[in-house]
Amino acid sequence: MALFLIKRLLGLVLTLLLAALVIFLVLEILPGDPAAMMMGVSATPESVAALRAELGLERPAAARFLEWLGGFFTGRLGLSYTYRVPVDGLIAERLAVTVPLSLLALGLAVAFGVTLGTLAAAKAHRSADAIIMGITQLGLAIPNFWFGILLVLVFAIGLGWFPAGGFPGWAADPMLAFRALLLPAIALALPQAASLARITRSTMLETLSEDYIRTARAKGLSRSQTIRRHALRNALIPVLTILGLQFSFLLAGTIVVENVFALPGLGRLLIQAIGGHDLILIKSLVLFYVATAIIVNALVDLAYGLADPRLRVGRA
Amino acid sequence: MMISIHRLAGPAILALGLALPALPVAAQPRDTLTLCQTLEPPILDPSGGAAAAIREVTYGNIFEGLVAYDRDGKVVPALAREWTTSADGLVWQFRLRPAQFHDGSAVTAADVKFSFERAVAPDSKNAQKWIFEPIAAITTPAPDLVEITLKSFTADFLEGLAMGDATIFSAASVGKAATEPVGTGPYRFVRWQRGDRLLLERNDSWWGAKPAVKSVTFRFISDPQAQVSALLAGDCDAHTNLGAHEAVAQLRADPRLAVTIGRTEGETIVAINNAKAPFSDLRVRQAMAMAVDRRLVNEGAVSGLGTPIGSHFSPNHPAYLDLTAERPVDLAKARALLAAAGYPNGFATTLRLPPPAYARRSGEIVAAMLGQIGIRATIEPLEWPQWLERVFRNKDFDMTIVAHVEPLDVNIYTRDNYYFGYQSPVVKEAYARTKTARSETERLEAFRTIQRQITEDQANLFLFMLPKITVARKGLTGLWPNWPVPANPLAELRWE
Repeated sequence: MALFLIKRLLGLVLTLLLAALVIFLVLEILPGDPAAMMMGVSATPESVAALRAELGLERPAAARFLEWLGGFFTGRLGLSYTYRVPVDGLIAERLAVTVPLSLLALGLAVAFGVTLGTLAAAKAHRSADAIIMGITQLGLAIPNFWFGILLVLVFAIGLGWFPAGGFPGWAADPMLAFRALLLPAIALALPQAASLARITRSTMLETLSEDYIRTARAKGLSRSQTIRRHALRNALIPVLTILGLQFSFLLAGTIVVENVFALPGLGRLLIQAIGGHDLILIKSLVLFYVATAIIVNALVDLAYGLADPRLRVGRA
Repeated sequence: MMISIHRLAGPAILALGLALPALPVAAQPRDTLTLCQTLEPPILDPSGGAAAAIREVTYGNIFEGLVAYDRDGKVVPALAREWTTSADGLVWQFRLRPAQFHDGSAVTAADVKFSFERAVAPDSKNAQKWIFEPIAAITTPAPDLVEITLKSFTADFLEGLAMGDATIFSAASVGKAATEPVGTGPYRFVRWQRGDRLLLERNDSWWGAKPAVKSVTFRFISDPQAQVSALLAGDCDAHTNLGAHEAVAQLRADPRLAVTIGRTEGETIVAINNAKAPFSDLRVRQAMAMAVDRRLVNEGAVSGLGTPIGSHFSPNHPAYLDLTAERPVDLAKARALLAAAGYPNGFATTLRLPPPAYARRSGEIVAAMLGQIGIRATIEPLEWPQWLERVFRNKDFDMTIVAHVEPLDVNIYTRDNYYFGYQSPVVKEAYARTKTARSETERLEAFRTIQRQITEDQANLFLFMLPKITVARKGLTGLWPNWPVPANPLAELRWE
């Protein structure tokens, strides 16, 4: 087991290093000077040169790469070219929006997805099942940015219950901040909930045909009791695995949804950094996304390993 | 065989319950304000970057100069109460009014000297160093008196000092100007939640009349659809320059909102690479001008809200000449000119476009119009960094479309190495005269000469001035309808 863990960790570190190198090289060969970008079309060449020097753009690429990489261990990722404040601070500030948003969306997706999926399985091949499956089909088909605009139209402009976008911050009033996140979280959760519902339904149907379910029913348990006490727990194991794998999609979804709702999260920061050619910020953000996806996948892998001893040998 | 639905649906109902209560929207107290704008400033130091968004937040609010532009583009006193010039125009004396920085320290002549010397220093990142280059010496005869001696007479010296780039800083706090600015203006910086909003609070020790609005939130919403939503939902009391031109009719119909169409200083042009064949031939450029109907471009690109222009000059300026009637659309004549230049069947070319919607939309229309006389333009969309690198710096382009947003920027037609490669001794001579002119009439006449010449030479195709679309809640007054400089002086706003 220890060997398995060490091997996985080593693989993880190597993948991250490789990703860092690729990200750095790609951004290095991209045309465009961040200093020229910031100074605009009327600036003199001397002003641009002064800014280039201040940003440290004149130093060799290798030195900048090592310094940047070292920054991930010391927590000092350098100054953002456009904002002129530390990159790590910027990222931390934005996580206070993106993490709660993702967790809220995940929570909503699980609550709705599992509930509706179980319901559909319990009513398999009846009209309730058909309706739920129809809704999930729709949920998968609607792009979340469009659903977001629809939610704003109804709940912000029409009913005035929620702000149309923006984020007041957690410090002032946590309830206001929560309200600002609810519509985006719903928009983000819709496709996740839809696919979770479909997966829950199929695994539940499979579980319901197992022998031990029949035994439970024979014991005299009612159908709903059987589902809650025996079937649900077993059916949820594959669902949780899928959830881990979907996490990357959720992260990617925040990039789009944060822009629709003008939320100051990581995704919007990434778009702004790309627009402003803030290379140092783009590098760190992309690596952060890559690292999150790789680590979550590794955790899912580890969970597999724990659940199934056969995988510890073969796949490590 | 029924399963208890209410049990299984529990989590879902719980989640819905959180969404349902209709929380009341707080009534708008009359001394707070949420002002929305499209772009977020990268930093807040107007002497450290050219972004207009920096000025839109800080100009006349956090920071002030010796003098300032008012809403009509006239230079008015700010930190300098009054000023005098010597008969030869070389020595300027500025008398400072009693004023304080937000940290409580007094504004002195030494701060002025420090700020201007910093702006022109070799390591300065000031985007408009030309303002300070005529200065020979700055002395401080008294704490409230600054004397500036110029190397030579400079007619636009005072205009330069009114720009955000000539902000007065104190040596003690200038280091933090980019992120935690300490200025002298009517509003002090409170907090900046990057990516979303920036909070300002009234500075009660400001020298001027007490502003009506106590606390102001700037919000930054770049997506045009989100801008409209925020206005309709009441999240924004005003948007200073709406990006969604097509939503103007919808917003006008809303009884809660007032829409004002004004002008920026952004001359939108089809910039032509004058140094490159076939565009180096005047007849080719003239033919292009006769094929492009700027009124239709204005309709299609900015819903007709822009002001058509016939030269590179703003209708806001007293020297403006309306040259839009020059070279009216005439396809037959245009084809004849092309044939005379040796292109009877036209030619293939590229049109490299930066990201803004006005450029991309104008590009499609201009390309179609040029196609009518056989000029087959392939559109290449570029991102800003690539545009700056390839088009602007390396001059690797045939045509592009961009708005030049700085006020009174005809001096770009005198630069030898500028991207569109235009050269004209007449324009250079006339521009020099705008700097040395002793009378205002002489100066305005020199600007008119420049306008006539660049239109005569058809240096570029001149389309329209970018509009400024101000949308405000009814009852909010004082927002600038036009942008002689990009600015939103908050001290002028009030609720009625």
